[in-house]
Amino acid sequence: MQPFHYSRASSIPQALEIQAMAGQDRSRPGTAYLAGGTTLIDLMKLEVMRPQNVIDLRALSATHGAIGWDGTNLHLGAFASMAAVANHGDVIEHFPVIAQSLSLAASAQLRNMATLGGNVLQKTRCAYFRDPSWQACNRRTPGSGCAAIEGLNRQHAVLGTNDHCIASYPGDFAQALIALDATVTLSGPEGERRMPFAALHRQPQDRPDIETNLAPGEIITAFTVPAGPWTRRSLYLKVRDRQSYEFAVASAAVALEMNGRVVNEVRIALGGVATVPWRARDAESVLRGHTLDEARANRAAQAAFNGAVPRSHNAFKIALGQSTLVRALLDAASLEVSHG
Amino acid sequence: MAEPTSARRQAGMQSAGMKKTNSERASPRYESREKVTGMARYPADMRLPRVAHAYLCTSRIARGTIQAFDLAAAKAVPGVLDILTHETIGDQPRQVPAIYQGGYLSDSFRPLGSAEIAYWGQPIAVVIAETYEIAREAARRIDVTYASQSPPAATIDSPEAVTQPLAPMDIDVGDFDVAYARAPVKIDTRYSTPAQHQNPMELFATQCVWEGDHLTVHEPSQYVNNLKFGLAEQLNIAPERIRVISTYVGGAFGAKGFLTQRTALIAMAARRLGRPVKLVATREQGFTVSGYRAETRHHVQLGANRDGRLTALKHEGWELTSRADTVAMGAVSMTTRLYACPNIVGRVNAVSADRSTPGFMRAPGEMPYAFALETALDELSCELDMDPIELRRVNDTRTEPVGGLPYTSRSLMQCFDSAAAAFGWKDRTRLPGSMRDGDWLVGWGCATAFYPTYAGNSAARVRLSADGRVHVSSATHELGQGAYTMMAQVAAEELGVPVEQVTVSLGDTDLPPAVVAGGSSTTASLAPAIMAACDAIRARLGVTDATSGTVSTAMATSGMGSIEEFAETRAPGLPADSIKGLYRGMATPFGGVHMADRVQFALGAQFVEVRVHARTHEIRVARAVGAFAAGRIINARTAHGQLVGGMIWGIGSALHEQTELDERNASYLNANLADYLLPVNADIHDIEAIMVPEEDSLVNAAGVKGVGEIGVVGVAAAISNAIHHATGRRLRDLPFRIENLMNET
Repeated sequence: MQPFHYSRASSIPQALEIQAMAGQDRSRPGTAYLAGGTTLIDLMKLEVMRPQNVIDLRALSATHGAIGWDGTNLHLGAFASMAAVANHGDVIEHFPVIAQSLSLAASAQLRNMATLGGNVLQKTRCAYFRDPSWQACNRRTPGSGCAAIEGLNRQHAVLGTNDHCIASYPGDFAQALIALDATVTLSGPEGERRMPFAALHRQPQDRPDIETNLAPGEIITAFTVPAGPWTRRSLYLKVRDRQSYEFAVASAAVALEMNGRVVNEVRIALGGVATVPWRARDAESVLRGHTLDEARANRAAQAAFNGAVPRSHNAFKIALGQSTLVRALLDAASLEVSHG
Repeated sequence: MAEPTSARRQAGMQSAGMKKTNSERASPRYESREKVTGMARYPADMRLPRVAHAYLCTSRIARGTIQAFDLAAAKAVPGVLDILTHETIGDQPRQVPAIYQGGYLSDSFRPLGSAEIAYWGQPIAVVIAETYEIAREAARRIDVTYASQSPPAATIDSPEAVTQPLAPMDIDVGDFDVAYARAPVKIDTRYSTPAQHQNPMELFATQCVWEGDHLTVHEPSQYVNNLKFGLAEQLNIAPERIRVISTYVGGAFGAKGFLTQRTALIAMAARRLGRPVKLVATREQGFTVSGYRAETRHHVQLGANRDGRLTALKHEGWELTSRADTVAMGAVSMTTRLYACPNIVGRVNAVSADRSTPGFMRAPGEMPYAFALETALDELSCELDMDPIELRRVNDTRTEPVGGLPYTSRSLMQCFDSAAAAFGWKDRTRLPGSMRDGDWLVGWGCATAFYPTYAGNSAARVRLSADGRVHVSSATHELGQGAYTMMAQVAAEELGVPVEQVTVSLGDTDLPPAVVAGGSSTTASLAPAIMAACDAIRARLGVTDATSGTVSTAMATSGMGSIEEFAETRAPGLPADSIKGLYRGMATPFGGVHMADRVQFALGAQFVEVRVHARTHEIRVARAVGAFAAGRIINARTAHGQLVGGMIWGIGSALHEQTELDERNASYLNANLADYLLPVNADIHDIEAIMVPEEDSLVNAAGVKGVGEIGVVGVAAAISNAIHHATGRRLRDLPFRIENLMNET
């Protein structure tokens, strides 16, 4: 880990001020915000991230860590811990897909440390990205190539890839957010703004190193998730190589509004298989207005993976991702959901 | 699926383990208070005054040469004290013979011996600095120019790898070819197992401190005297000038038996600097610092009559090794000796590649070779439409079929019957897929577990004081397996004193020497030596029995302050002059299939229930029952821990563990505990280990067979067999992953 300049901010304006000052100091390039630190510290120790300025935002959990449910929207402060949200009664009752996506992630220790804002920004687990002795990684060093395309890519993405990068987005919570049309609130040098969560992450394009549409210095301060008739009939299914403390090989966030056996509304997102949090709108269209049975679920799953590109070791992810979605849909349809 | 409760797990331990065993006691762990309170001091915990810190720099290529080091940037880091490379250390340390050349437990690479790179992860430089952080920073600033020969031979299937048949391991009995050709039922299958690393929690640490010309080494070790004598030869100094201390080891599993390249380098660095030097290799470096379980391939051919009796058995293995050392576990010597069969062939091949030298990992040969044979037997039972337990029963034998030698004792079918009863095997329905539970396909499978019984020459000293206190000492090793507890218990029993009155010293080369803590042999090796020393104490007191209090009473009235007796014992089957090796760090466990007049094995039966999701194919082991007959059990509590831990390790070997190799540079991609998967609590459900009573007066003076490794053996085969029962799919390549059960692959 290289030496860095550490400072603490106790408010958003102060954080932005420190960030602006650090940005003017050309002798110390690179600034990173520290929240839970579960990604940043890890990657700094690996020398994948080498910021020379680290601004500690952990004090913001006092002002931006609240969890609120007003009957219409769920408000999540970006500095709430994963554990606090996963264990919150209103979240469990009204947004089970959110609670499950968080409680199935990482380990208890990490869930206690990690914040929601940091969670959605966590970086890929691609082994070639995480080890700088591999020179070719467009995500780490723009223009250097991709070691994974011809390497061991069992864990890698089949959706949203290109010849520059096939690294999969590793998180779980983001799938719940993108499925439920959440919005994200940002504070930056230009003030506060909101954007659809779906607009936060960028597919690799020709610059895989640019992972989000955050403006320089911007901080995620909150998430807002609207309730709908489908949010209570929702779940997160995570398929992985061991039963805890492991990333998804394939996962599905599903929310359904049923009229008998007919799908009124549906929201679907996929994890473990794509370069970014992945909303499967084509699959939703296949289901909307139709009886949800195995055949229809299979057609939706087919649609979800249209355009998937398999690599040497991950072709199974297409079929597994489809099975995961089918299982999630049928499980969600059979949930007992009280209306109250 | 129902989630078993932890209460049930405990109940399993109580009911199954303790009552049925022939053990005398289940004393709590001797050092438990030290361990749970953090007072136990492991080698890296020792605080040495003015200690300097070392950091290894390891090669990023697998084959080639170092053309140049640029050390300028590294030396410029304030606080850097020294940098060792092949260019700066001269002809030290010396080359010493490795175990396979009649030398020490080590590989045959001379540390920083030359510019040649033989594997990815090879130590190529050592930075010494005032702090760990400075050393690490400087190590990262070392610029190395390589001339790389690529691609390297990364693994067994690489075109550049060289296969060497190991003819001395050949086994030929009867006429396999004819018998196989004539057999009415045949199996001809291939299996594979991946590279795996032991990954003990405690990292590979070494601290060296010189006082005058005397060197003290603090290092977690399974064989302190191997370290002492090998290091003395490397450093060209008298062994008397070296003391190795290793009183606690934070897990070893075979990884800490080697004299690795690091120790001589740290000793040299400390001598150059005139200060103590401390190294704690990183987790990633640990993957190439010591030996590991190399990948294997197997070809098994079985011929049988319709009644299930084997008429032909051939097992051929291929094991990866380094180019420098021909290492092969060659456990066909065991898989050919388990069942009656008149026509047998065993073959072993070593396949040399550009990799570090493999070594020992819990049940080193037994795990992979048992996986192959015991899965093949299940395939045969399916072909015969015969219960797999009955297949083992019709081929049960009292004499091994290769040399016709008797087993000292063999309770295999008692193990099967006892585990089957506890498991509820009678309720199994035969057809694959017939035990479905909703969306989960349920399968039950079983397999034989075996581990050869070894013992080595060992010595111990026992002192009885007038106040009834007893002290036992030996340079054996506490790896977490219970050596302290066992030593205290044996002395307490032999002298008829409460175990609380016994104290123990171990893990120090100043103590009477003992064999390597390997081959599940610590108890079988040490208990006889302790018993002999206690015999001598009783003889001096003129007491023949050791019923409670008689020895202490005689001692108290003897007028002596204390009696101290030293005893060395030679393990069964070893020649008289082998005792010399004990005093040179060359005592190795002996026994198993190598005895002139008999074979000796601990045996067991593994049963598992797997559940496979019909849609997404996750494989879960819902419960496992193992029954093991391993002679006398000295301590049912620590033995139970060993067996349950072994079974869990077996589940990991089947479903999780695999060292991932990028073949382009023969590097390890998951050399960390986040990406190298081990089972977590959520993967482990109901585990029951049953100790089947067994008395064996032939195997050694203590009647002990050892339980350190057998728990691992056969679990992967039982899981493969259960997956087949659940799904109809036969998986032959470890580890079993979701995609292996999908139609597309």
